[in-house]
Amino acid sequence: MNSELNDDNDIIMSLSKVGKKYGQNTALHPIDFELERGEVHVLFGENGAGKSTLISLIAGANKPSSGQINYDGKNVAFSSVKEARLLGICAVFQEFSLVPQLTVADNMFLGHELSSGYVLDKAAMNDKANAVLNELEFDLTADQIVGELPRAGQQMVEIAKAFCANVSVLILDEPTASLTEHETEQLFRLVNKLKSQGVGIIYITHRMAEIRQISDRVTVLRDGLLIGRLNTCDLDEDSLVEMMTGGSASDVFPNVESTAGNIMFEVSNLSSELGIDDISLHVKQGEIVGLAGLIGSGKSEFAQVCYGLAPKTQGQIKVCAKDISVATPSTLIEAGLYYCSPDRHDSGLVIDASIGHNLTLSALKTNEFSFDYSYVLKGGNERQRINTLMKRLRIKADDSHHLVNSLSGGNQQKVLLAKALSRQFEVFIFDEPTVGVDVATRKVIYQFIAELCQQGAAILLISSDLPEIIHLTHRAYVFCEGQIAVHLEKEQINEQSVLSHFFAKGEAA
Amino acid sequence: MMSNIQNNIRHMSSGGINRAMKVISNIFYRLGVLPFLLLIAVVTFTLLSGNFLTTDNLLNVARQSTYLILVAMGQMFALLTGGFDLSVGVIIALTSVIAAMVMAWANLHWPGQVELAIFVGSVAGLLAGMSIGVINGLGVAYGRVSPFMMTLGMSSIGLGFALYLTGGTPVYGMPESFSDLFGFGQILGVPTPVVITLAIAVFLWFFLNYTVGGRYFYAVGGNVKAARLSGINTKLVLFSTYVLCALLAAISGLLLTARLETGEANIGASLPLESIAACVIAGVSLRGGVGRLPSVVMGALFIGLIQNGMNLAKVGSYFQTVVIGVLLIIAVLADQFRQRMGK
Ligand SMILES: Nc1ncnc2c1ncn2[C@@H]1O[C@H](COP(=O)(O)OP(=O)(O)OP(=O)(O)O)[C@@H](O)[C@H]1O
Ligand SMILES: [Mg+2]
Repeated sequence: MNSELNDDNDIIMSLSKVGKKYGQNTALHPIDFELERGEVHVLFGENGAGKSTLISLIAGANKPSSGQINYDGKNVAFSSVKEARLLGICAVFQEFSLVPQLTVADNMFLGHELSSGYVLDKAAMNDKANAVLNELEFDLTADQIVGELPRAGQQMVEIAKAFCANVSVLILDEPTASLTEHETEQLFRLVNKLKSQGVGIIYITHRMAEIRQISDRVTVLRDGLLIGRLNTCDLDEDSLVEMMTGGSASDVFPNVESTAGNIMFEVSNLSSELGIDDISLHVKQGEIVGLAGLIGSGKSEFAQVCYGLAPKTQGQIKVCAKDISVATPSTLIEAGLYYCSPDRHDSGLVIDASIGHNLTLSALKTNEFSFDYSYVLKGGNERQRINTLMKRLRIKADDSHHLVNSLSGGNQQKVLLAKALSRQFEVFIFDEPTVGVDVATRKVIYQFIAELCQQGAAILLISSDLPEIIHLTHRAYVFCEGQIAVHLEKEQINEQSVLSHFFAKGEAA
Repeated sequence: MMSNIQNNIRHMSSGGINRAMKVISNIFYRLGVLPFLLLIAVVTFTLLSGNFLTTDNLLNVARQSTYLILVAMGQMFALLTGGFDLSVGVIIALTSVIAAMVMAWANLHWPGQVELAIFVGSVAGLLAGMSIGVINGLGVAYGRVSPFMMTLGMSSIGLGFALYLTGGTPVYGMPESFSDLFGFGQILGVPTPVVITLAIAVFLWFFLNYTVGGRYFYAVGGNVKAARLSGINTKLVLFSTYVLCALLAAISGLLLTARLETGEANIGASLPLESIAACVIAGVSLRGGVGRLPSVVMGALFIGLIQNGMNLAKVGSYFQTVVIGVLLIIAVLADQFRQRMGK
């Protein structure tokens, strides 16, 4: 904590009438907001409600169009993230700001490097970085190259970055979106520690359980407006969801009957240098199969190898009973398999292109969207399909010509999922399909996966979110250290049985 | 009383100015710096020279600019996919030299068959130019060489080759009708090169906006990984980029050869810079994935206009290259500023 701060005042930061407009669009209507020392204040609301916008104003990433920010008794107007950071306001943004070519330590100290004289003190930075990583119990080392880490690893670096500065206001925008329980627990432990030191924490999440677990107060936003503020102790989930959506809340998980038919997707003895070893599994028509496991357990890597993104050393893949000898995305798409990437910015979407162009990208060559041989586009068909898809997944945008870049995180995720419906597929692999998605949208997505299943698709659901595996899947495989630790049938899938296989034998579970 | 009225007047005019500023900043945000540069250029040169704003001169500008427009459109494809092509100048030189040599040879050996000579020579020139594009494409797409090194290396190789073939002297002996047709000819009163360029521009515009292939160029430039995961053969797209860029440069080289009536190894040296400048001024992103063809045509026309205006105003050619460089940097700065306006 910053010692110069004025300690008798309980309010560390207050906003009055702070709002943000993008051109004609109002992302955030002028609102008031307060943050106390030593509290965890959750921002809650649908995708596109304005949560990320609000914190971008506080953290200096964007300039407010109106209003005043008061920090530690003084009015402030930050012109950059760095400026805010120097005053002790640190943010972990929803979309990462890491330099992929640099190491973990380089990234953690980017912009405030340690040096002795004019020479960088690499050793000191490495030590301190490792110390922070150790304290967080993140499975990373300071000298790894960030670009080579999976999304979850990058998320950890982003979090660790915030913890190595001198902080008095910490902002976390969906930090656990791609983490598993284990890392989440460590994160919460550190958050609690900072809290006891009097740091004010703003926390954005779509997960109810986390709100209960960690927060003191909740502020609910909807459509850029302040809807209400409650203390966590007198909070009731249904009314919270009601405040968020303006409608009523009901069961999130649909009940899907398995209508298991023929085997549609079959992998035998698949190995790869990416860290998976002799994996065999199958998915049948009309069935949802889950893959659970820690980050780095191989569940996500498995899908990448299947989709031809990394070479296999041995093994066979069959889609719709057809042998796939050389797996490349285009042959697999033609064979009827859709793969939904876990990282929308890195490999899921073209963010500088329009929503519409993203939605139909995998399907342009089908004769719904273009003429045979000439490949001239059928504009009318395309527009129609785009409109249907945007409605079906409730993508919040006025117009399909808007760039994906201008959508809120959750709405970008919906664009990524909606791509799956741009043409006929028989097998779907969804890797973390609900990263950064609000409760109402989560329901839409589950409903959508359930419908696909009922129409006879074979679905492989890779997820770090345990409830998803427990409530949605008919069978599940738990991955551990690149191998399948256990295969569970519907009635065997519960928290205990899944979690107990997360860790290798001999290690404490 | 008096001061009140003055106040009112001041108030009104400042409101008007405010509104005008809003409109201007809106145009800037939407279209970039090009409309403003065009306006400034036209006003300046009209004031400097009475001959500038005449139909004859403007048609002249259009004709002189066609060579750059063709190359800039090719360059746009390279920029769209996140690279660039520094070898466009050498492609022009090689096309010119080979076309002229083959045409001269055929003209000598097959007397009376002028059309055949022109055809064979043109095809040979185009193939020679495109072969550089093919090698660039193979290197960038399949060998993963950076476009910078690949096209820089190829321009050295190509130039050496062209100089070796000609010994550094111009190649004469092409049939006169080649120049009459493609250099000085007219179709319905419009110079042939302008007609050809216009036809190609319309075709490419259609290709980029209304075909699957066009969409793929934007997708690959915007995010290669996402494009690959969507089933696009990204390597093929990258490869085609450099072949297409070379084809356009080669066509430009052929038209230029017809205009000059000789094949020369030292033409085109300024075109890599000018074509990139035309694209950047037109708002094509250097990171790839963003750019519009009509703007690129306008960008190239703008550079042609500047050169023509400076010629009329008797600005020396050395100083002209300074101006082009300055404009390029201004365009990049303006673009940076524009991106920050979005925040
Ligand atoms: N750069 C931008 N240009 C235009 N509109 C924007 C821009 N960034 C955000 N918006 C709009 O502002 C609104 C609020 O977005 P914001 O990212 O704050 O939502 P959020 O509450 O963080 O949602 P999520 O849970 O999906 O992350 C959205 O409607 C979004 O489309
Ligand atoms: Mg957000």
